[in-house]
Amino acid sequence: MDQYVLNLIVVGASFALYVGIAIWARAGSTADYYTASRGVNPVVNGAATAADWMSAASFISMAGLIAFVGYGNSSYLMGWTGGYVLLALLLAPYLRKFGRFTVPEFIGDRFYSQSARIVAVICLLVISITYVIGQMTGAGVAFSRFLEVPNTTGLVIASTVVFIYAVLGGMKGITYTQLAQYCVLITAYTIPAVFISLQLTQNPVPALGLFSTHAESGMPLLTRLDQVLTELGFHDYTGHHGTTLNMVLFTLSLMVGTAGLPHVIIRFFTVPKVADARKSAGWALVFIALLYLTAPAVGAMAKLNIITTLYPDGTSEPPIAYEDKPDWMSNWAQTGLLQFEDKNEDGRIQYYNDRSEAFAEVAAERGWEGNEIVVFNQDILVLANPEIAQLPGWVLALIAAGGLAAALSTAAGLLLAISSAISHDVLKSVLTPGISDRQELLAARVSMAFAIVLATWLGLNPPGFAAQVVALAFGLAAATLFPALMMGIFSKKMNTQGAVAGMLVGLFSTLLYIFTYLGWFFVPGTAMLDNVQENWLFGISPLSFGAVGAMLNFGSAWLVMKFTKAPPPEIQELVESIRVPRGAAAAIDH
Amino acid sequence: MTNEKSAAAYWSANLRIIIICMAIWALVSIGFGIVLRPVLAMLPITIGGTDLGFWFAQQGSILTFIALIFYYTWYMNRLDRRFGVDEQ
Repeated sequence: MDQYVLNLIVVGASFALYVGIAIWARAGSTADYYTASRGVNPVVNGAATAADWMSAASFISMAGLIAFVGYGNSSYLMGWTGGYVLLALLLAPYLRKFGRFTVPEFIGDRFYSQSARIVAVICLLVISITYVIGQMTGAGVAFSRFLEVPNTTGLVIASTVVFIYAVLGGMKGITYTQLAQYCVLITAYTIPAVFISLQLTQNPVPALGLFSTHAESGMPLLTRLDQVLTELGFHDYTGHHGTTLNMVLFTLSLMVGTAGLPHVIIRFFTVPKVADARKSAGWALVFIALLYLTAPAVGAMAKLNIITTLYPDGTSEPPIAYEDKPDWMSNWAQTGLLQFEDKNEDGRIQYYNDRSEAFAEVAAERGWEGNEIVVFNQDILVLANPEIAQLPGWVLALIAAGGLAAALSTAAGLLLAISSAISHDVLKSVLTPGISDRQELLAARVSMAFAIVLATWLGLNPPGFAAQVVALAFGLAAATLFPALMMGIFSKKMNTQGAVAGMLVGLFSTLLYIFTYLGWFFVPGTAMLDNVQENWLFGISPLSFGAVGAMLNFGSAWLVMKFTKAPPPEIQELVESIRVPRGAAAAIDH
Repeated sequence: MTNEKSAAAYWSANLRIIIICMAIWALVSIGFGIVLRPVLAMLPITIGGTDLGFWFAQQGSILTFIALIFYYTWYMNRLDRRFGVDEQ
């Protein structure tokens, strides 16, 4: 069967499944719409959280992100999983006990202040909207690549599908579609990974294969990878090449940022009990780890496989000729993700590090005039895997469905966080407090529709900073919401003034630091300093600033608290009540 | 909650286990995975042709995180029952 038809069938079937689930899981009340009436099994919620969390970037790009840098990018692995420990121990059980609908609602009630709530809404909107842009563009790209429709059409189809199940089902619909999407994406990711692992190491478990013997050379796989990379002038895979301080802060920023992302936090409002919230975070991490333990293995193996394909007789012998290159390279060259240029016109593909001064001499000796793979997109390592392993066409179709599932599930979670902040925290709480439950449900649906239109528009006209926005979202989540939530639970004495001051200091210090190096509002040419290590304050990159912003938040909140009035006794009692699990069921309706 | 004393005792027991778990959380990731990697590399242990620190950065920390959350969940369920604050 034609690959295109196959892609269409598999992707179409997965979409039909999502829409079917949405019709089955319609929301009938605001409790349904915001929290699936807190009736979600903790294991199901774990899988839904995993899909909510793992975006198109995790699915398509992460293996390449690690493979092209090696050890240094382990920060992503530790950071994006370590955040769940913070969630399980410091936030999720208490926020579940509090038993409300949104993150700003907790901040507003705990700090007995509408201004605190509004500051939290602003932080939430900045974080979630910047994050959703990436998901929408990701879905558009996935569509256009696999279904050969223009980017715009792809984006509109994706938005329509999300529209149907998010507007109809709210959190209830999103939860069960995310469960289905998790199953699709993990299957799609695992099958080609198992085959490449078998091919290179004869071990069917990729995570174990990464640390076992490379069948072809008889050496440990990572030793072999270090060897071929250094022989081509690249730095070794397992070595540490950045600064330690920056790597520590970057890892911490990702951890704290993960725990502060509103669309992840609200998933823990859907389970029946406080004990379930703890357990659910554990299951979420198990489901996430299935992909995150596989991704670095896929990256390293695909990278080694590509290099040994190019240099079949070893890196000191001439590489393969252009006409002998495997079919998958020719196929992906058509998409522009791979591009070759025979710079020295010898008809052979030289792939090496032409920026290494140490290697320049060797290259000159061999008559090499530059790296001939001029475009080597990191996503190739995942996308081309089924073809590299010569798997049947349905596996490639599954990858298409998996990539779309990853993008749609994250987009839906973000859109729910955005729309509930608008309908519940802005409309119901501030602008039109008198509305009934039915009216609020309608308002939630209208805000959702509005959020989808906005996200689609932003996806079609992405502000020219797609790469930076994720750093911004994590940095701000770490510097604003996480400290406010944590102090709200762990400090009985924290008051409005302290919390608001902390959030504002975190917000503005992080924005200032990021904009200094990446341009004001990311407008090119407005950066005040070049974004290079020599200019960074203490060598801290703008991507790593979230952890510093969080510390500034904690510090200034504490300082302001010391000089202002303690919170009223009923607030201190509220804090005591959220610290114990008993009575959580009673808090369902309010 | 029967009285204030047991509320305070429950909370300090919770804080104690949180601090222990967070210390392990930091040790396996920031510690073994990054800062202490050169120290671990001095041990005569290699895993898959590389040092223990690399393994912690790519896999060991994640596996420890999972174990930590489930341990904390188990511990807290027991603590909740002991102090009579569990959900019926």
